[in-house]
Amino acid sequence: MALETEATAGTSLEAGARAAEPARLARSWRAVVRSLAPVILALIAGGLLLLVLGQNPVRFYVAVWQGGVESGGWQNSAVLMAPLLLIALGLIIVFRAGIWNLGYDGQYLLGAALVAGFGPSILQTWPAPLAYAVLFLVAGAAGTLWTLVPAVLKAWYETNEIITTLMMSFIGVGIANILVKGPFQDPTVNIPQTRTIPFSKLLPNLSGTRVHVGVLLALGAVVVVHYLLTRTSFGLRLQVLGANPRTARHVGISVRRVIVTSFVWSGFLIGVAAAVDVLGLWAYVRANWNPGYGDTVIPFVFLARLNPLAVVPFVAFYAVLSTGGDLAAQQANLPTDFLLVLVALILLFMTVIEYLGRRRDLGQSYLTPGLKEALRRPLVRRRPAR
Amino acid sequence: MAGTQSPERAPAIELTDITKRFPGVLANDRVSLTVRHGEVHCLLGENGAGKSTLISILSGMLRPDSGSIRVDGAEVSIRSPRDALRLGIGTVYQHSTLIPALTVLENLMLGARSRLKLDRDGARERLAEMAAMLGIDVDPEARTGDLALGRQQQVEIISALWRGSRVLVLDEPTSMLTPQGVEELQKVLRRLKERGTAVVFITHKLHEALAVGDRVSILRRGRLAGALSSEQVASSSAEDLRATIVRLMFEEETAEVAGAAELTTDLTAVEEERSVPAAEGDVFLELKSVSARGAGTEPGIEEVSLRVRTGEIVGVAGMDGNGQRALAETIAGQRRVTSGTVELFGVAVNRLSVSARQKLGLRYLTDDRLGEGIVRNLGVSLNMFLKRIGEPPFWRWGRIDRRRINAEASGLVKAFDIRTPGLEARAGTLSGGNVQKLLLARELSFDPKVVVFHKPTYGLDLKTTEHVRAVIRDLVGKGAAVVVISTDLDELIELCGRIAVLSRGRLAGIVDNGPHAVSQVGSLMIGTMEAA
Repeated sequence: MALETEATAGTSLEAGARAAEPARLARSWRAVVRSLAPVILALIAGGLLLLVLGQNPVRFYVAVWQGGVESGGWQNSAVLMAPLLLIALGLIIVFRAGIWNLGYDGQYLLGAALVAGFGPSILQTWPAPLAYAVLFLVAGAAGTLWTLVPAVLKAWYETNEIITTLMMSFIGVGIANILVKGPFQDPTVNIPQTRTIPFSKLLPNLSGTRVHVGVLLALGAVVVVHYLLTRTSFGLRLQVLGANPRTARHVGISVRRVIVTSFVWSGFLIGVAAAVDVLGLWAYVRANWNPGYGDTVIPFVFLARLNPLAVVPFVAFYAVLSTGGDLAAQQANLPTDFLLVLVALILLFMTVIEYLGRRRDLGQSYLTPGLKEALRRPLVRRRPAR
Repeated sequence: MAGTQSPERAPAIELTDITKRFPGVLANDRVSLTVRHGEVHCLLGENGAGKSTLISILSGMLRPDSGSIRVDGAEVSIRSPRDALRLGIGTVYQHSTLIPALTVLENLMLGARSRLKLDRDGARERLAEMAAMLGIDVDPEARTGDLALGRQQQVEIISALWRGSRVLVLDEPTSMLTPQGVEELQKVLRRLKERGTAVVFITHKLHEALAVGDRVSILRRGRLAGALSSEQVASSSAEDLRATIVRLMFEEETAEVAGAAELTTDLTAVEEERSVPAAEGDVFLELKSVSARGAGTEPGIEEVSLRVRTGEIVGVAGMDGNGQRALAETIAGQRRVTSGTVELFGVAVNRLSVSARQKLGLRYLTDDRLGEGIVRNLGVSLNMFLKRIGEPPFWRWGRIDRRRINAEASGLVKAFDIRTPGLEARAGTLSGGNVQKLLLARELSFDPKVVVFHKPTYGLDLKTTEHVRAVIRDLVGKGAAVVVISTDLDELIELCGRIAVLSRGRLAGIVDNGPHAVSQVGSLMIGTMEAA
């Protein structure tokens, strides 16, 4: 039920409900199958690859599990989930509107640099709750500001936002580096990095764990965004715009306002992700540092069919794979790049499954038409039409 | 019609006992058909009679469950559109298959045999030659997406014949053409016949079948209900043919179908019947020399002035692509006014947004039902409320009240007789007629005061067409002011009190509907065309 694919699938009329129920179950079931199959297939294919490399796949995956979940490993995984979830939410909001905000790196790093730069002094002088709130807002505002230019260009001049967000991202990454090497440089060290936030001033942990409250914040945001997207008029406007911009204009949706609003929320969430990450985990930012969360999370956003609730298990899966995989790869004497191979395999199988699913029944998936085409094109074969 | 003396021409295509079954539907049931060289063979039938399935089989899009196909006497199996083209069967589909972003020439070259280097000059020559042969005037460098639908269809015909097809299949080719366009098409068909091309002409309009066809075959619920040979077509009187065909098409339903009776009456009779008195009520909608830009090669409008009163239907006639869309969108608020004023109830609304005008009671029923009207992936009920997103009582504090929406929607589904598997069914799965009913339900609920209908019955079958027209009359009876933009002159004559003629974005004139309206409108359309 959590994997309900479309906002529309969520309700029923008393009369029609009984008849619709089996069809809905079948649909959700198919959605689950379609989302999980690529992951399972990728794990199998990855296992085969390990065999070829002369490794025991079972041992490798067990090691991943041990490192990522057992003996406290889950705490590391959970901490990793916080920024990933917030960025995923930021992407879901715009992707649902059919807008491609690919400037997440710039938005994230600007937020991170500002938090790491101002954090130490603000946290020393102001009371903690106020300091956190201000730092969250500063990071969110930085992300927002960095989406504003593409948003306005798209809303008023129909400029392609893929290009503008990417370009803004380059600028953002550059400015973040300048900030880290310049005004925010820690004078006590020779490496280009910011001052470090003292350990005692980082986000408080949940009692008895190393999991900070930012993880809870991220999970809370998931619920809020899910409600926003599936139950409110704002969510429906986003969806209509994403499905068909001409319809959006025709039915009187203020397309400009929706574009700008979704961009702003997207940038805000990505900025907040940076604040949570720096205040919860890193405590400082080094120059030329880029965790690349956005690139990592995009496949899972699509596997979850842009559903905020469904993205949680996928992000959890990746977090475990990532924390456990580092260790497992070292044990197996493999480069950690092997994890990227696994993620890429997931993408590959997702494409195949998407294509097969489309052949079986049209329109099940909730990818935007453009992306659907992009996924389909390499595999396209003539389908009989009525 | 031409060619009655020659006994039987050589068959180009012989279909024998074609059967095609879809889940739950027998689309074609042992249909046999012979199409001969140098003849136009009309396939007549209502929507859902199996016409489209039959031509899909001919063009290789579908394969029959059983039955055989012979081309020039030899049995063939058509497995793909490529096979069909190889056999010399070119098809023009009802919906455009052109790539909008490419130019006319580029689209045509897609159908050409591929060589490494594109033969642009060769293609240009071929286009000029074919355009001259068919009497068509097209700009090879125009982007097809910018062309009006009617013009696009002409490009499609050229495209279908590009590789020298001997059989041309036209699926509802007239549904988007004006009377003049239909006439042009008939000329094209005559030339094709002289060259021995066999033409399959699918339509659901009886008078067209009679005007164009050498032979007429009538499909009904997947079966061949009857066929009229060329001798019968040539020798019988028009009234007898009409009566026969109406009987074959509708049989026992004849009495029920209001439109069937109208089909048999002459246009002149209709003219005499309807001389609607000029309305005297308040002016609900007024355009004061309004201009708006076009998009691409689709023209805008220039200094259009129009006044629509309560209880009045004003028609807008004109060939496709003369600024109809610009006019409709300007009234609706989807397009910016460059000069002049649009007034609703005496108040200028130039600066009001689409939704603000909707709140005043303005509705616009778009002609692009699938591309603009609905969101295919959303359910039927949500599609009905797209124009009320966020409004109470269906949204409260921004939160959707699905129960309320569904309750209201189920009432509308009944009232407008929308055939849907359920309220949550995706709107994209509905048939064309039902999509139109869905849009009607959306536009006409919640007290509409001024409604712009853009091609309200284009592509609909007879029953739905009558239903839509009844809805429009009913609306006006309740005091709404209505604008009907249509390329179907018969429709305007039937519905409207006054008919404005749009030509190249300007109003060529306004004619009171009456005995001579058809010729007046026609001459306004033609007159300006000659002047231009």
